[in-house]
Amino acid sequence: MSVWVLRGLRGGVVTTRWPRRADEYADSWRGPVTVRPEAGGASVPAGLCPTGAIETTGGSVRVDQGKCILCGRCVTERPDVFAWAAGATGPDAAALARQALVVPQVPETDEAIAAARAGLAARTAALHRSVHVRHVDAGSDGSEEWEIQALLGPVYDIHRLGIFFTASPRHADVLLVTGAGTPGMAGPLRTTYEGMPDPKIVIAAGTDAVSGGLLADRLDGVSATIPVDVWVPGSPPSPFGILTALLIATGKLTGHREGALR
Amino acid sequence: MTLTVTERSVAALWDALESRVARGGRFAGVFAARRGDTVTLTAHVAAKEEGEPGGGIDMLEAALPPGAASYPSLTPRIGAAFWYERVIHDQTGLVPDGHPRLAPLIRPGNPEEHALPRHVAGYGLFTIPHGPVRSGVFESMEYLVETPGEAIPHLNMRIFYKHRGIAGRFAGMAVADGVLLAERAEGIASVAHALAFCHAVEAIAGCEVPREAALVRVVHAELERIAGHLDVAMRLADAAGLAVANTRFALHKERVLRLVSGLCGSRFGRGVVVPGGVAAPSAMRPEEVRAELARLEKQSIADAELLMGTSSFLDRLRGTGPLTPDRAGEHGALGPIGKASGYSDDARLARPYDGYGLLAPEPVGEHSGGDALARLRVRFEEAERAFRLIRQAVDELPERTRLALRAPCEPPDGRAVGWAEAPQGEVLYDVTIEDGRIVCCQPRSASFHNLVLMHEVFAGDILTDFPFIEASFGLSVAGAAL
Repeated sequence: MSVWVLRGLRGGVVTTRWPRRADEYADSWRGPVTVRPEAGGASVPAGLCPTGAIETTGGSVRVDQGKCILCGRCVTERPDVFAWAAGATGPDAAALARQALVVPQVPETDEAIAAARAGLAARTAALHRSVHVRHVDAGSDGSEEWEIQALLGPVYDIHRLGIFFTASPRHADVLLVTGAGTPGMAGPLRTTYEGMPDPKIVIAAGTDAVSGGLLADRLDGVSATIPVDVWVPGSPPSPFGILTALLIATGKLTGHREGALR
Repeated sequence: MTLTVTERSVAALWDALESRVARGGRFAGVFAARRGDTVTLTAHVAAKEEGEPGGGIDMLEAALPPGAASYPSLTPRIGAAFWYERVIHDQTGLVPDGHPRLAPLIRPGNPEEHALPRHVAGYGLFTIPHGPVRSGVFESMEYLVETPGEAIPHLNMRIFYKHRGIAGRFAGMAVADGVLLAERAEGIASVAHALAFCHAVEAIAGCEVPREAALVRVVHAELERIAGHLDVAMRLADAAGLAVANTRFALHKERVLRLVSGLCGSRFGRGVVVPGGVAAPSAMRPEEVRAELARLEKQSIADAELLMGTSSFLDRLRGTGPLTPDRAGEHGALGPIGKASGYSDDARLARPYDGYGLLAPEPVGEHSGGDALARLRVRFEEAERAFRLIRQAVDELPERTRLALRAPCEPPDGRAVGWAEAPQGEVLYDVTIEDGRIVCCQPRSASFHNLVLMHEVFAGDILTDFPFIEASFGLSVAGAAL
């Protein structure tokens, strides 16, 4: 046993300093697709995006990051219009309203975010030092579970931030849901949600959970089953993205969409 | 090379299949496809006669008579078809006559029928429903553990919770979009699924993948294998309560995923494999890759050696969840589970693809223990060889890429089977293309083929062995339920 302890010590500290300090890996992360500000009214061929995330309404191009599976086809085909969002913890990591994932944002979005933030703040007031999270897989491809599991590992180590995973929904403050929302999981997901005490917060982690992703013709994400508070794009989202969402959901990071972090 | 044999009737199809299996072929799956009014049954069999390499996966098919509602079941003749025929029943409503237990597998059934089934009866026996929402971060599935308190005389599994309808979604998709879906069929084996899909498409198109692209594919497929095996080691260490070992393997796995994202932008190698080759050259310089690989290899192998010398850990794995070589051979157990029980049919060796023919991977040693310990040994050996293969592949790649990484690949109408060896074992894709679109695509993961074996490995094991057995299988529910 002592051999293991020594080996662990010899490895030194590998844990990220984020959010206190910037993290190089998080900043080098390639997030969902955004529209270049100068692109304006460019015309984009229909059917370019395999999930239909690109909208051209009112003469301007918008990307619904909640549908983006990060295949990068649009960035390759039209680098003059589309670009990767930079960083895993920036404003593109998570949103407080579904429509806030549509970039550039439509003007009404600000009000929706403000309303969502006020609603969330009322619920997170009680959660200060200790947050308990229950994860439910509602039909993921399995990669999201690896990324959530990583948060419990030495590199991300969310225990240092006072976040713990719990087995029982009765002890949970946050419900972290992955997957496209399969019919088979609708019942168990609802039961888990109902089993949690109020106040409770729901995070939809990953493009599948937000919109169904590539399966949107048959599955439309988890919001059809339970109300979602925080939306995390990505296929799968990076561990830093999920961590950012957890911190936003619990009021440990605020002012996110206004860009206060960067 | 794939051979397609069309039989006149289902009975003739099963006869042909049985005689192939009797001559050493491996049953690799059966599925039904409905086109218009015609339902066709297709069985896949891996050509393994006399262990001759170079044989492909053959397709044996037969159309059902119009309007047929049932057909003679294959399961009484080839037991490995047990789950496959339940899926056929779920998807088409066809009844395999003589199937031993035709309960829904991937389709949620009637809740009334869902009352806990009892297979063993007796004083003090009860059923523990475990799942689908389980303690810890797991994929959703339900285990029904029938127990008198300690022993596990019977286990039942329900995987329908995660059934997403992947096979149905493929129909009508453009080929380029099909790869994206294949990558998301079983997320922790994204590269292998994309490879198997693309191999089928490339076989239809008759296109040759450029040498460099074939090597880049090997690099990604082997990194995926290392990450998968480290994940299993991490879960086993966690089950044994070895906190430091758990975090060490979690650290190594994270570094592998970071290396993959450094190479291609995705931590799961998504977007790399495309029909005809690979999408883009590596974003890292070869010397950077070599340095990171060397560090990873040294540290993870040192930790693997220490783990295999930690007696409190080995005690929990030795003799746990045994699968006998006879059963492994009979079922055609895939990947590390088969190898640990003396049955090996590694697609990279038996039916080489991409760069594997060139690099000649070394097979793992002979194992016949069949327990959780043997399975972990196989995984560590595979990971060690994977590091060697990646090194070889990186050395073969030129410093700066100017050559094409992608051959033109415009598949005409046709059908083919593609395969690849995932960390869990062989992945198969049976793809039919018409007018440049996918009309039918049947994916088959090793997770699906192997998971059914978990029914049989609890002989003499008790409840506290459960996490070890589950982790040692190392399968993905997403891949099994599709």
